[in-house]
Amino acid sequence: MSTTLHPAPDEVWDWLSEVPDPEIPVVSVTELGIVRDVSYDGDTLVVAVTPTYSGCPATAVIDMMIEDKLREKGLDNLRLERRLSPPWSTDWVTEEAREKLKQFGIAPPVDGTASTGMSAKAARLSGESGLTVACPRCGSKNTERVSQFGSTPCKAAWRCKDCLEPFDYFKCI
Amino acid sequence: MAALETAATSVPEDSFVSDASLRPAFFEWLCRMGDNALILGHRTSEWCGHGPVLEEDIALANTALDLIGHTQMWLGLAGEVEGEGRDADKLAYLRDAMKFRNLLLVELPKGDMAVTMMREFLFDAFHYHLLTWLADNSKSPRVAEIAAKALKEVSYHLDRASDLVVRLGDGTEESHRRMQDALDLLWAYSGEMFVGDEVDAAMTQAGIAPDLESLRGEWETTVRDVLKEATLAMPAEAGFVHKGGKQGRHTEHLGFILAEMQFLQRAYPGASW
Repeated sequence: MSTTLHPAPDEVWDWLSEVPDPEIPVVSVTELGIVRDVSYDGDTLVVAVTPTYSGCPATAVIDMMIEDKLREKGLDNLRLERRLSPPWSTDWVTEEAREKLKQFGIAPPVDGTASTGMSAKAARLSGESGLTVACPRCGSKNTERVSQFGSTPCKAAWRCKDCLEPFDYFKCI
Repeated sequence: MAALETAATSVPEDSFVSDASLRPAFFEWLCRMGDNALILGHRTSEWCGHGPVLEEDIALANTALDLIGHTQMWLGLAGEVEGEGRDADKLAYLRDAMKFRNLLLVELPKGDMAVTMMREFLFDAFHYHLLTWLADNSKSPRVAEIAAKALKEVSYHLDRASDLVVRLGDGTEESHRRMQDALDLLWAYSGEMFVGDEVDAAMTQAGIAPDLESLRGEWETTVRDVLKEATLAMPAEAGFVHKGGKQGRHTEHLGFILAEMQFLQRAYPGASW
């Protein structure tokens, strides 16, 4: 019965926009830019998903949540594929998602500041981090990095020197 | 098992993966890539819950996580190339020490923070230049896409490790002494990264991987710059080089890692959750 169900890819994208990221539930998997493609291979719906960080434990949970959502919509004949290339970039995080991250207390990625492997040296030589992150609570740019990593691989730990709020920064990658 | 099918089929065409004449060397080389990430990842994860400060504890655990992610990609492809039904888990948990292909550098005990960070730095600098070459030049699309993914994370590791080497090297008298000791200890193990053998030659010949010796110059420049800033003395070149890990001749330390890492799968074969 449901194997003959063939919803249009646009409709599937709408359903997937209801699947939250398990660790940052205010944004959806489509807003994060990790759903790369929705198409049919014969009668099989194929959803291509790219990992954020290669070891991120949320990846398996995300796959499961996507599958659950599609089965809930009556789709049985489906396959999830891992797509590595091109590698995920925070440039793909939508504007709406960046606003939601801020509301949630996470500073959104500052575009164009991805690590090059040589960024630390440039920052040390200039005496500045080369990165200004606004506090998601009070908006002050008088902030400092506490650690290169935060509660998950995609974040770093920062602190606001005005309102003193510690906060997560969603790293640019 | 859940009915979920997450196959790595959304992948580019790559004739090397099914090339029988290349298979033994390609499999070996992929195991080297995977095992370096796996063993360094495991060593790094040993700090989880034991870091000197919370932020470092979290950072090391996250670095380890990235490395385990790289392991899954490299060993996953190794299993595919081998074609005998072994996946990344089977390769990681069911091979004995002599079948591991990691550099000796990454299996040494984690030591203190100085040894841990100096090792990360020496390896990250190599890893960074190697992955950059693979992402840009490898004729194997599968290898290039894994390298491009891993490179994003390894760039961050190199930034972080360089920063800490400078801060600790050019820190207190005590931190400087420990960093210099760590460098002197590890230096003789870093040469193995650039010593190629017939497996490397076959990969270079096929255009899959670079001639390792060609990476040495860039690596030395990166390392020399940071060590200078860290006020650390670079050991004399061309000293004795500890090697053999890539061919399966390991130090006594690897067995202890595997005893811990593989325990569950050895004691309860096939256990999953």
